[in-house]
Amino acid sequence: MKQETTIERHIIAVLVDNEAGVLARVIGLFSGRGYNIESLTVAEVEHESAQSRINIVTTGTPMIIAQIIAQLDRLVPVHRVTDLTEGRHLERELALIKVQATGEKRLESLRIADIFRARAVDSTDRSFVFELTGSTEKLDDFINLMRPLGQVNVSRTGVVAISRGPIQSDSLK
Amino acid sequence: MSGQEMSGAEIVIKALADQGVDVIFGYPGGAVLPLYDALFKQNRIKHVLVRQEAGAVHAAEGYARSTGKPGVVLVTSGPGATNAVTGLTDALMDSIPVVCLTGQVATHMIGNDAFQECDTTGITRPCTKHNYLVKDANDVARVMHEAFFVASNGRPGPVVVDLPKDVQINIGKYVGPSNVTHKTYRPQVKGDLGKIRQAVDMIARARQPIFYVGGGVINSGPKASQLLTEFVRATGYPITNTLMGLGSYPASDKQFVGMLGMHGTYEANLCMHQCDVMICIGARFDDRITGRLDAFSPNSKKIHIDIDPSSINKNIAVDLAIIGDAGHVLEDMIKVWKTGAHQPDADALASWWTQIEQWRKRDSLKFDRKSKVIKPQYAIERLYQATKHRDDVYITTEVGQHQMWAAQHFHFEKPNRWMTSGGLGTMGYGLPAAMGVQMAHPDALVVDIAGEASILMNIQEMSTLAQYKLPVKVFILNNQWMGMVRQWQELLHGARYSESYMDSLPDFVALAESFKAVGLRAENPDDLDGLIQEMLATDKAVIADVRVDPLENCFPMVPSGAAHNEMILGDEEKQEDKPTVTDDGLALV
Repeated sequence: MKQETTIERHIIAVLVDNEAGVLARVIGLFSGRGYNIESLTVAEVEHESAQSRINIVTTGTPMIIAQIIAQLDRLVPVHRVTDLTEGRHLERELALIKVQATGEKRLESLRIADIFRARAVDSTDRSFVFELTGSTEKLDDFINLMRPLGQVNVSRTGVVAISRGPIQSDSLK
Repeated sequence: MSGQEMSGAEIVIKALADQGVDVIFGYPGGAVLPLYDALFKQNRIKHVLVRQEAGAVHAAEGYARSTGKPGVVLVTSGPGATNAVTGLTDALMDSIPVVCLTGQVATHMIGNDAFQECDTTGITRPCTKHNYLVKDANDVARVMHEAFFVASNGRPGPVVVDLPKDVQINIGKYVGPSNVTHKTYRPQVKGDLGKIRQAVDMIARARQPIFYVGGGVINSGPKASQLLTEFVRATGYPITNTLMGLGSYPASDKQFVGMLGMHGTYEANLCMHQCDVMICIGARFDDRITGRLDAFSPNSKKIHIDIDPSSINKNIAVDLAIIGDAGHVLEDMIKVWKTGAHQPDADALASWWTQIEQWRKRDSLKFDRKSKVIKPQYAIERLYQATKHRDDVYITTEVGQHQMWAAQHFHFEKPNRWMTSGGLGTMGYGLPAAMGVQMAHPDALVVDIAGEASILMNIQEMSTLAQYKLPVKVFILNNQWMGMVRQWQELLHGARYSESYMDSLPDFVALAESFKAVGLRAENPDDLDGLIQEMLATDKAVIADVRVDPLENCFPMVPSGAAHNEMILGDEEKQEDKPTVTDDGLALV
């Protein structure tokens, strides 16, 4: 077997028991073995069975990605691990972007927000807070357009993702 | 019985008893006093009081490795838990089932930097298979049973259960083991039958095959070793063992080509290098086995059978992977082999064996038998010769040259007879491990083959041997150096012996006597057999101080960063032929 060296970006979804320390286990695995985390989101998705879903965006060679999936699957409180990048999927990120500007620049920020379908969720005479949902690239583009207009503070959720199409059994797709 | 109420500490003890635990290794302290009180009030479980917590974990490892049952440890909070960390990491690396109970400060004090508090679950998270902090006495029984399940199922490993003092005192409900099933943990034990058929087909068509078998077969239980032997004999193929796999196949068998790896035999490593089909069972292609990765067995198709999916393609990409327990997969392989018309190419196999016999003639483990000083290899050979007629011989080792010589020159016919720290390489493992083995097998001969440096790392456990009258034999190959460090310095660092010489070693005979043991010493080859006979005839603990050649090196050796076919042999080295090691190689351990 040839060992490939191209670096790929993958979104991995992990369904875990929502118990103390589970996030530390997942993060510790990445730091302890030198894997990358580009973004990470975690929230409870099944209240009654106390299960949380973790979405991890990571990069690595195909061999490393396979290792990451195997290592995650090996953690005792992990139910299922799914590589969403394997198939067609949707990914979204949400950002709250505070832009501090006055006069024409303030208006310009509003015009760009309109183009990006960002919503103004807070406003003062010197600032807006925009709420924007979309792909990571879309958020990056928006923020880059805002920066020349004034001081910008950003809070982002990281990527959440799900596969397209009906539920496939025994996976998180 | 379900729903019976008792204190958390009593629940722990009852759970241990219901799990079939007969002995635990521990050391008391403030945060485990309720547990020790519960222990005092019963007599089903025997407690062995060690002298330092590291000794407790290694003893539990020795117990586990020699019986196949999980070893159990009980230590206090803070320093008790941190002292256990080395042993836990050792058990994780070598896949040894251990359940380690740690005391913790009361739940309301956690996080307040209380006396003898440490973040035990935080510290042990990366060095355990799993760990728990129990915050409610009603959870104690479930967590205890889960801990045993997780430690001993799938790829075995250590599990820590952290028990705050108030949880030990509070009243909770007890449930028995049959009422507890783990929510998520379901390791795959049966291999995929389609892949097994494919593997058998590849095996049958091999022309230059090699079985490369590790500790996974031993962890799978004695039946797996029997099945392995049956299958390997049915094929007629050569087999090599890793350090952890020794004993899974009878060493005296013609098809056994010895241990492989950094200090493996010439024939084993060349079989690995030149094979066309490699059948890896329960081993993990670690760096001590593979040598330089890009030169590792360049022309072979590789089959990898392992219970842990994360072992697959970790270091070496394989062509066919079967996830499952070694015993189950071997059973299916034998069935498939027998039902199909699987007949290896007899001519190809015969010429492969002719090649192997030529390598064997190189006699890569030979040493100077006429030496006026005791050669360490000779000492182990004599020990083996004096004990090989017995079925109940258990060998543990420390870490270093003596460990490799023991692996090379002591031969194992059965699994669970060889206890050594393979993955972590923990000096100080052997004496406490031997203690654990002797607890499990009171009438057996248990020998810790040691070096004089390693033995000092847990020498305090001599006191435990005395207290429990455990007749462990400590067989020290005393060369007055940290031999393996000295060897690397000689070969790779211009013979600059930086801090590898030990001045002021104790008088081991006097040391033995101070611990109520018997001290023996041999200074020249003629004394050796007498010393061994006296040691074997003594029904107490013994320290045998065998003064060996201080400058002997352990060969063959695949230097770090080299390939299997670039191995250094002992007789070549004498001709001033120092190995050439690349800068990349020097950076490797």
